[in-house]
Amino acid sequence: MDERNPDTMATSSARALLPAPPSLLYADRMGGVVFRFWATVRGLAAFALIIFGVIATKFGAARDVTFPAIHKEQARTGTQVLPMFLFISAALGLVVIGQTISWLKELGANSLLGPIMVAVVVRELGPLLTAMLVLARSGTRNVIELGTARARGEVEALEALRIDPIHYLVMPRVIGMAMAVFSLTIYFILGTLASGYLFAFINNVPLRPDEYVQQLTDALRGLDFVILALKSCLFGVVIAVITCYHGLAQPLRLEEVPRAAIHAVAQSVVACVLLDAAFTILYIFA
Amino acid sequence: MDLPAIHPKTPALEMTAVSVESQRDPGSPILENVNWSVWPGEYWVVGGMHGSGKSDLLAVADGLAPPLQGSYRLFGREMPAAGDQFLSERLRIGLVFDGGQLFHHLTIEENVALPLRYHRDLAAGDPGETVKTILEATGLSPWAGRLPGTVGRGWQKRAGLARALVLRPEVLLLDNPTGGLDPRHFQWWLDALDQMSAGHGLTEGRPLTLVVAAEDLRPWRNRAAHFAVLQKRQFCPLGHHPQLAGLAHPLVKELLAEPPGAA
Repeated sequence: MDERNPDTMATSSARALLPAPPSLLYADRMGGVVFRFWATVRGLAAFALIIFGVIATKFGAARDVTFPAIHKEQARTGTQVLPMFLFISAALGLVVIGQTISWLKELGANSLLGPIMVAVVVRELGPLLTAMLVLARSGTRNVIELGTARARGEVEALEALRIDPIHYLVMPRVIGMAMAVFSLTIYFILGTLASGYLFAFINNVPLRPDEYVQQLTDALRGLDFVILALKSCLFGVVIAVITCYHGLAQPLRLEEVPRAAIHAVAQSVVACVLLDAAFTILYIFA
Repeated sequence: MDLPAIHPKTPALEMTAVSVESQRDPGSPILENVNWSVWPGEYWVVGGMHGSGKSDLLAVADGLAPPLQGSYRLFGREMPAAGDQFLSERLRIGLVFDGGQLFHHLTIEENVALPLRYHRDLAAGDPGETVKTILEATGLSPWAGRLPGTVGRGWQKRAGLARALVLRPEVLLLDNPTGGLDPRHFQWWLDALDQMSAGHGLTEGRPLTLVVAAEDLRPWRNRAAHFAVLQKRQFCPLGHHPQLAGLAHPLVKELLAEPPGAA
C-alpha cells in the first residue's frame, strides 16, 4: 500500500498528515486585497480629478495665499534639499557611472560613453532616483503634515472658514512638487554627468571635456528633453497626489498617520516605477 | 435663474424635520426630527451631555455636514451639502470649535489673518488693521507672533474666536466655549459673549446672533435668552431663561445642578 496516496489511506489520522487543501480564508484574503487595491485606485483617480478641477477653476483665486504657498513648497521640496541632491548625484557619478567608464576604457569603447550616460542617467536613473529621494523626504512629510492636520480638525476649520482645503493645502503641494522634482532632476543629472567625467579624468581615460560634451549632445535627441520634462513633472504630481490623498482624503486619527505614510510611500514607489516603464516603452516606439 | 428675494424677517437658521448624522458613527442619526428656528439677534444655549450630538448639530448648522433628512435653510436659502454655492450666505455664519482648531503651522496672527487674506475681496479697509483690532479686543496681542502649540488652551480658544470674527459673521456658533477654562478666561468669555449679543465694536454695534453648545447650563442662566437640550436623539426647546429654573425636565435639573462637592 502506498501511504502517500490518499486513496489508499485507511485511517483519518493518516489523512491529517497530508497537506490541507487551500482554505476559503486564503481566497477571502486575496479577494480583500484585490478589492482594496481597486478601491484605492478609484479613490486616487477621483482625488486627482478633484485636484485638477480645482487647479483649472481656481488657480488664480486667493493668490495672496496660494502663490506664496507654491513658492514655499518649491523651496521646501527643491531649494532646501539641493545640497543633499548634489552630494548624492556626485556619489552616483563616482561610484556607478565611474565604474562604467572604467569598463569602457578596458574595452576601448570610449565612443560609447555619451550614449550610455544619456541612456542611463538622463533617461532612467536621474528622474527615477530624484523622484524616490523626493518621495522619501517630502512625500512622507506631506502625509504626516496633512494627516496630523486632519486628525486635529484643522481641515474642518478651513471648511468652516469657507477655505477650500484642496485649493489651500493640496494645489500648492502638487504644483510646487512638480516644479521642484523637475528642477532637482536637472541638477541631479548635471551633477552625475560632471562627477562621472571627474572619475574618468582621475582614471586617465583618454577623453577630453569637449569630446565628452560632444558625445553627450550627439546622443541626446529633442524627444529626450520633452520626455524628461514630462516625466519629472509627472513624478512630482504622482507623489503629491498619492501622499496628499493618504494624508487628507481619509478620516484619520493621530495613531493612523504612520500607517497612512507607509501606504503612501509604497503606492508612490509602484506608481513611479509604472510611469517610468510607460515612458521607456514610449522611447522604444518613438 | 433668479433667486427669490429674502424677506427681512427670515430666520437666520431654520431646520425642518432635520436628522443629524453622527460624526463618530457615520450613516447613523444622532438627532432626529429637529425643528428649530434661530432669528437674527437671538442668544441660544443648547445643552446636552457629552456625546449627545451638540457638535454634530453645530456642524449641520454651519453647513459643514449635510442633514441626513429634512430641510436646512440659512438666511432663507436652502443649503446644498457643500461647495462654493451661496458663498456669501455661508460667510454670514461663523463657527468657533471646542479646541480652537488653529492651524499649527501658522502663528496666532497668521491664523486670524488667513480668512481675510483668502477672501481678500471681502476685506473692508486695511486687513492688517482689522486683524490688529481683533487681536487687541480679544487680548491676544502679546501672543500674536507665537505658534498655537506654545500658548495655553484658553488663548487658543480666544484665537479661534478671533479667527471666526475676522470675517464679520452675523451668526456665531460656539462649541463648548467655556469648557476646560480657568476662572479668568471663563469670565472673559461670558462677558465677551454678552457684549457681542448686545452689540459690540467688533460687530459694528449690531447684535450678533449667538448659538452656544454647552454641557453646563448654569453659567448661562441669566445671560442667554433661549435654551434647548439634546436628549434621546431629540432636540427639545425649553423656552426663555426666566422659565428655566421652574422646568421639571430631568436633564435640565441635571445640567443646572451644582457639581458634587461644590457646596
